[in-house]
Amino acid sequence: MKGYLPVTLAAATCLSMLTALYMVFVYVPTEVDQGIVQRIFYFHLPCAWVTFLAFGMVAIAGGLYLWLGHKIWDDLGYAAAELGMLFCTLVLVTGSIWAKPIWGIWWTWDSRLTTTFILWLIYGGYLLLRSFADDTEEIARFAAVLGIVGVVDVPIIIISVRLWRTIHPAVLLTRQGEHGLEDPRMVATLLVSLGAFTIMFVWLLWVRLATLRLRSRVATLRRDLAVLEAGAHL
Amino acid sequence: MEHLGYLFVAYSSIFVLIGLYVIFIGRRQVRLEREVGRLETALHDVEQAAGVPQPPAEDL
Repeated sequence: MKGYLPVTLAAATCLSMLTALYMVFVYVPTEVDQGIVQRIFYFHLPCAWVTFLAFGMVAIAGGLYLWLGHKIWDDLGYAAAELGMLFCTLVLVTGSIWAKPIWGIWWTWDSRLTTTFILWLIYGGYLLLRSFADDTEEIARFAAVLGIVGVVDVPIIIISVRLWRTIHPAVLLTRQGEHGLEDPRMVATLLVSLGAFTIMFVWLLWVRLATLRLRSRVATLRRDLAVLEAGAHL
Repeated sequence: MEHLGYLFVAYSSIFVLIGLYVIFIGRRQVRLEREVGRLETALHDVEQAAGVPQPPAEDL
């Protein structure tokens, strides 16, 4: 069972990704105003969804670690933060590539772009803390608090297009409360992409957690070996 | 087919970055598995040399 689940998740990721790619490049109609480049949206938005999912998980795992103190919650938070950072980077990169032909610029300090960049900086700080500090309980607690505080930015990103003047489109629900996608095939393609990215996130999280468990095992074995060797020299 | 290049670069960047991350995790996992094997062998040897009672063979 232990080796079976990641293989199943990897296979499900490949299958769902291929389906999503087929729908994006063959099935879905080309958007009238933006043309073919609008198809970036079908992977850009799922990247954002996985970013929010991952950082939400960091906050929940951080809360559970502070409450219960179990190492597994700390490991879950660390793994989710790393994945959230990966997908947040992809959101910024794909958004920038999409912006150039549509807005004529690679980057602007628009409310949604700026708040997303702040999220990237917050969790970049989280990962720097985990990378350069020792793997102690104190650092794990600091990281848990940072993970909880950082997630406050997520709802701000979501409502930023309604709170401030922005050039970023409100795709799923417009300011007037209307549906942002005009064709049902666009909705279907977006849903399949969201599913594919969610499965991929679960798979990557599982693999990353396995690596963190191995790291803990190495630390335990090193400690045991040092104790035994010290005893043998006495 | 205007802006096809942007579309290509956007999708390529997604798969390249995720692919690099998967390779990074995979290599790290292999290295840690080797390290666990090496440490378990070393621990076993030290325990034997120190005369620590070993668990029955079926428990290993």
